[in-house]
Amino acid sequence: MTTLNSKVPEGPIAEKWTKHKFDSKLVNPANKRKFKILVVGTGLAGSSAAATFAELGYEVEAFTFHDTPRRAHSIAAQGGINAAKNYPNDGDSVFRLFYDTVKGGDYRSREANVYRLAEVSVDIIDQCAAQGVPFAREYGGLLANRSFGGAQVSRTFYARGQTGQQLLIGAYQALMRQVGLGAVKLHTRSEMLDLVVKDGEAVGIVTRNLTTGAVESHAGHAVVLCTGGYGNVFYLSTNAMQCNVTAAWRAHRKGAYFANPSYTQIHPTCIPASDEFQSKLTLMSESLRNDGRIWVPRSRDETRRARDIPEAERYYYLEEKYPAFGNLVPRDVASRNAKTVVDQGFGVGPLKNGVYLDFASAIERVGKDTIEARYSNLFEMYERITGENPYEVPMRIYPATHYTMGGLWVDYNLMTTIPGLYAAGEANFSDHGANRLGASALMQGLADGYFVLPYTIGDYLAPKLGQDLVPTDDPVFTESVQNIKAMTQGFLDINGTKSPEHFHRELGKIVWNYIGMARDQNGLEKAINEIRALREEFWKDVRVLGNADTLNASIEKAGRIADFFELAELMARDALDRNESCGGHFREESQTEEGEALRDDENYAHVSAWEWHDADTPQTKHAEELEFENVKLTQRSYK
Amino acid sequence: MSEETLNLKLRIWRQDGPSSKGGFAEYPANNIPTDASFLEMLDVVNEQLIEQGEVPVEFPHDCREGICGTCGVMINGRAHGQEKATATCQLHMRKFTDGDTIEIEPWRAAAFPVVKDLVVDRSALDRVIEVGGFISAPTGSAPDANEMLIPKDVAESSMDAAACIGCGACVAACPNSAGQLFTSAKIWHLNAMPQGQAERYKRTEEMVETMEQYFGSCTNHGECSEACPKEISLDFIAYMNRDYVKSKVKNRRLAGQ
Repeated sequence: MTTLNSKVPEGPIAEKWTKHKFDSKLVNPANKRKFKILVVGTGLAGSSAAATFAELGYEVEAFTFHDTPRRAHSIAAQGGINAAKNYPNDGDSVFRLFYDTVKGGDYRSREANVYRLAEVSVDIIDQCAAQGVPFAREYGGLLANRSFGGAQVSRTFYARGQTGQQLLIGAYQALMRQVGLGAVKLHTRSEMLDLVVKDGEAVGIVTRNLTTGAVESHAGHAVVLCTGGYGNVFYLSTNAMQCNVTAAWRAHRKGAYFANPSYTQIHPTCIPASDEFQSKLTLMSESLRNDGRIWVPRSRDETRRARDIPEAERYYYLEEKYPAFGNLVPRDVASRNAKTVVDQGFGVGPLKNGVYLDFASAIERVGKDTIEARYSNLFEMYERITGENPYEVPMRIYPATHYTMGGLWVDYNLMTTIPGLYAAGEANFSDHGANRLGASALMQGLADGYFVLPYTIGDYLAPKLGQDLVPTDDPVFTESVQNIKAMTQGFLDINGTKSPEHFHRELGKIVWNYIGMARDQNGLEKAINEIRALREEFWKDVRVLGNADTLNASIEKAGRIADFFELAELMARDALDRNESCGGHFREESQTEEGEALRDDENYAHVSAWEWHDADTPQTKHAEELEFENVKLTQRSYK
Repeated sequence: MSEETLNLKLRIWRQDGPSSKGGFAEYPANNIPTDASFLEMLDVVNEQLIEQGEVPVEFPHDCREGICGTCGVMINGRAHGQEKATATCQLHMRKFTDGDTIEIEPWRAAAFPVVKDLVVDRSALDRVIEVGGFISAPTGSAPDANEMLIPKDVAESSMDAAACIGCGACVAACPNSAGQLFTSAKIWHLNAMPQGQAERYKRTEEMVETMEQYFGSCTNHGECSEACPKEISLDFIAYMNRDYVKSKVKNRRLAGQ
């Protein structure tokens, strides 16, 4: 185990970023066009980074596996984006946003990064407003704010329930402007399948054109991965169907360390799965917990309809256990408690896999009209999916995987352990520690893309002036192309009996059962064995039909699942190694007497970054010690 | 939630590539739970095809919560099917009846060539955006967000237009394959706002004329808005036409002619 250098600048926390920007080398405006940057992924982080690089004058190529950059899953974020504007005059500040974010992450994030995030959050709102993002307004024309996710100040900006969509469209439009100007070359339906490294530096990528199957080489002076999170390793999650870890994972296999893979966030209010055919889970906004009461029947054998169960026979478990916070306990606490009652056999619904979220008493208290005004869009969505009317019968909810805090390890410059390779947005591990607060993901994606990378990348590029791109007929490229072609054809040649979907579903069950909301040593060890066995079966028995030279979703899927297998194993190893509970990572062995997450700051106040060897050798762990100079470590309590 | 299932007959358009000839293939879809979404029904059919050694059907999809705009097929001749304000991914099988025959085709429009089976190429929509569907505001140059007051109803109207998900159902539903609803929604999103004024007429002229290179003409059928999963209003087309006429005068004057 070696120690990683995070390259955090010296000095007081409030001055670090300013000082660092001044100390970073600059590329002369006339010389920027001599550098080519490859940006992979066009969500919030990727679109904003690609557009900003091009505005600065760099030559940019952007890659997305979608048919247009606007489809990235950033688009599905509902709630909002935090910024320390303090417009409502309620006591917010950069320091408070920083403090809340470090605490919310259960003291497992790097202070300097989080402070910078809070610092640039104010610029993001200015930038997005100038681009024409239609944020909610007060009658006087000023921006509206709301409190979100239990925050004690109103610092969340929003555009109806579609904030992610509007921010992504803003970044997409900035990107398309550069595409129209010829400053960005856009590659749609192009999936990155390998990172090309020469003499230890990232020099390009290899992609597969998803329409023609052509395997193509692209050389760049730097490569930026903005390829999102890995929540789909659970099979069922709130992620889009095509979200995957492949770009990040292939970079990991080429030497980029992967940090904190066990930090995954489970969102408490999703619609429970209805059967094997279920392909994804739908998130219902957390705001529902403001008025809904969560309960299960006191009897395991309950068969009556919810309405017919008398009050005395209902178990309002959050209200009973946490009288102070009740139904509004944080995401991880609400999720774990739902799991506990369902595991004990108290679940509701045909599969007994949910808990009730009941609006009856709220309707009685404030009237149906008020509830309708607050939640009608959510109630409609629920009814559309389940066929049940939540004004009449309680909703059924259950937690689902939503966001992944882990990702490629990056230093303060957002550079991975491979020089010239950067990671931004959900693809990196940096700012959320062990648990992400609501309305912070959009903030981080745009902070990285608009305001961090454009400064830090120049520091790496400046000394490379005059250095030619590695030609794409160099053996580092041609070998990679050969490997990718062989892998693609390899899937077709296996000619097994089971679909890629089958293996994904089975993998998801293992990950959910053993590396989900609560983990213990036995389960994790079991998971590693089961994942390995299933992985072996996959490589022998997967059935991929069709050809490699056309659109072929089965080929795409098989490649992504192959990577999920390896990632899942690392998640289990990381969870096993981290013998403490923190944020989204809950080890049964490490809890308080009341059953809450118990950290072990003495032994685990560090980032675990894992180094790849090969598919059959476990990764080696490297640690980055976390130092807290500005935030006091405390035990969270919601009683 | 019910335990009911349906037995259906599907007629699905299969086409190998943009230049190959396509045709309908018939597949049974049996024991489909009524709680499944339309796309989950297609997942089940594809699993069955793979089991039988047949190449599965390619269909567009991603978020499956009605926001990314990736999905969209013609269902019994209607873009996104018969339900109002519903993208294909949000359409559930309980809206169908046991024994139904369902005909599934890709978006039909010259501007959207078929890539394979039910997947089409909608990049013409991006070509319309890249000539003017933006406000030129390079990163870092923005003033404080509250220095610009935007009346609430203006922001709301802009947001109504900005809700477009770019799925292309409007084009597919239109008998002329016109792109007016999509283009006008973007134009109004930006032209409505104070930030959008500097480029208002340049944007309008360039976007409209680029749109006309790819798409057919609008003859006010209104099918676009009917099919739109986000119920984008036809009013925006009127606003666009008004601004386009003005742009012809304004842009000339600015050019000193």
